[in-house]
Amino acid sequence: MSELIIRNVWKEYGDQIVLESVSLTVESRAFVALVGPSGCGKTTFLRILLGQEQPTRGTILVDGDPIPTEPGRDRGVVFQRYSVFPHLTVLGNVLLGKEFSNSRRIAKLFGVARRNAVEEARELIAEVGLSGAEQKYPAQLSGGMQQRLALAQALFMKPKVLLLDEPFGALDPGIRSEIHTLMKRLWHETQMTVVMVTHDIREAFTLASRVVAFERRRDRPEEKQRYGATITKDISIWPPRLAGVPSKFSPDRDGPINSLGYHRDDPALSGE
Amino acid sequence: MRWINIKPSRGTQVILLLLPFVLIIVAYTMGSVARLTENPNDKLLPSLAGFADAINRVAFLPDPRTGEYLLWSDTAASLIRLFAGLGISTLTALLLGMAIGMLPYLRALLSPFVAVISMVPPLALLPILFIVMGLGEVSKIALIVIGVAPTMIRDLTLKALELPREQIIKAETLGGSSWQIALRVVLPQVLPRIITCLRLQLGPAWLFLIAAEAISSDSGLGYRIFLVRRYLSMDIIFPYVVWITLLAVVTNYILDRVRIAVFPWSELEKQA
Ligand SMILES: Nc1ncnc2c1ncn2[C@@H]1O[C@H](COP(=O)(O)OP(=O)(O)OP(=O)(O)O)[C@@H](O)[C@H]1O
Ligand SMILES: [Mg+2]
Repeated sequence: MSELIIRNVWKEYGDQIVLESVSLTVESRAFVALVGPSGCGKTTFLRILLGQEQPTRGTILVDGDPIPTEPGRDRGVVFQRYSVFPHLTVLGNVLLGKEFSNSRRIAKLFGVARRNAVEEARELIAEVGLSGAEQKYPAQLSGGMQQRLALAQALFMKPKVLLLDEPFGALDPGIRSEIHTLMKRLWHETQMTVVMVTHDIREAFTLASRVVAFERRRDRPEEKQRYGATITKDISIWPPRLAGVPSKFSPDRDGPINSLGYHRDDPALSGE
Repeated sequence: MRWINIKPSRGTQVILLLLPFVLIIVAYTMGSVARLTENPNDKLLPSLAGFADAINRVAFLPDPRTGEYLLWSDTAASLIRLFAGLGISTLTALLLGMAIGMLPYLRALLSPFVAVISMVPPLALLPILFIVMGLGEVSKIALIVIGVAPTMIRDLTLKALELPREQIIKAETLGGSSWQIALRVVLPQVLPRIITCLRLQLGPAWLFLIAAEAISSDSGLGYRIFLVRRYLSMDIIFPYVVWITLLAVVTNYILDRVRIAVFPWSELEKQA
């Protein structure tokens, strides 16, 4: 369960109105893609959902409760860049969340607790196609591998809501389609609700169960300051995509995926 | 080919590296020979044999008055002061720098204060230190700390602030508390920086140490140089200066090696 209710949210920076009267109800386990022209406030909206920014007006509820005013464990995030920690190995990056929650004082696990967490982390690392790279640092990974690592790191904490800000924007098309397959499978298998910002309309329609467009209603230069963006289109994909339910119409395209096979940017089999 | 694209080979590199040093020695020898032929008792530019004799005296023969091997006892006295000063500065910088960089309240309180303090010329405080703390070790170590700590604090604050906001947010979504984020995300990433910062502060630290020793001391490399100045003993001053330089160069090199060995990822990041 992780329903998101956004009621009449406004966001202003000083004089500039960025978002105006945004209202949206996202049902549990939906996959919402946010699209819109550059600078219209998609990232701002995601930051508000994350708790990094507070709305100027309006309320946001997760499962009926107002969202906390700072980021927390219930909402995972993957940014376009800087989502992984450069000083930790792949394994260290994935483990970090568990170490935070299971070791309040020193945030480090030892002995049996660590072995169990490592085992769990390795499974997830394999699932995102990074097995063999556990001991590598992010600087030694390709862009696509780093984003998969960021996904694994966020998913390890089993967030209710996963927020993605153009997570695959910097990847080349081949790697992107592989990561789409992975994303789709993870969405089907986990319990989370996904909100993803993207510039790629095709990506939006390939992955999402619902595509929401943000736009300024008035966009003449002299009006830019005074009018914010709001939801102008809200398209539910038809036939409906439901998390965990195979699609009746095009199962290979929309249904849960079982096996992934090899990836283009998998760690080389030769070892290094 | 353009000049910016012409690169020396390995062998040429070594020759080029040695060239300035060889040139200095040759120029010095020529000058020294010229002066000594004119006046064999000239003290300004002693011959190389004169240096060898003086080094033998201070390094390998006990001082007739105290029975100590002067070069080594001076080195020990100076290094203890230097490392005590740098150690205290490093610890202070680490604690304060991180705290100021991470906590907005502490930043508002201390950031302008540290900026002002770092502008006070430390040598102007030396008389006050001597009056308040006496002429012993404490005032000398305090001078080094006052001289280098503010810069180090500011540098570390900047580094902590430079960490991409996304990383801190990500750590929050993984459930990290302020303390845990400081410990596992910020601290490991500022440690390599403090080593680099320490290397850059070696020069100023030696400066303050020698200044303090010159004014009031009964041992130390700076003390010795200023003592023998009265007898125009260039044959001792020059080797001492070279020795101090050598100590600084070696410390600098070791610190960089330590950084690469302990934080391998920091070197990867540089190349990436
Ligand atoms: N901290 C801030 N202070 C002032 N204005 C801001 C701030 N953050 C964002 N803005 C403004 O809000 C508007 C929306 O920015 P935002 O980053 O949300 O756009 P976006 O839709 O994500 O754009 P893009 O698609 O290019 O990423 C911009 O006009 C920007 O100038
Ligand atoms: Mg954006």
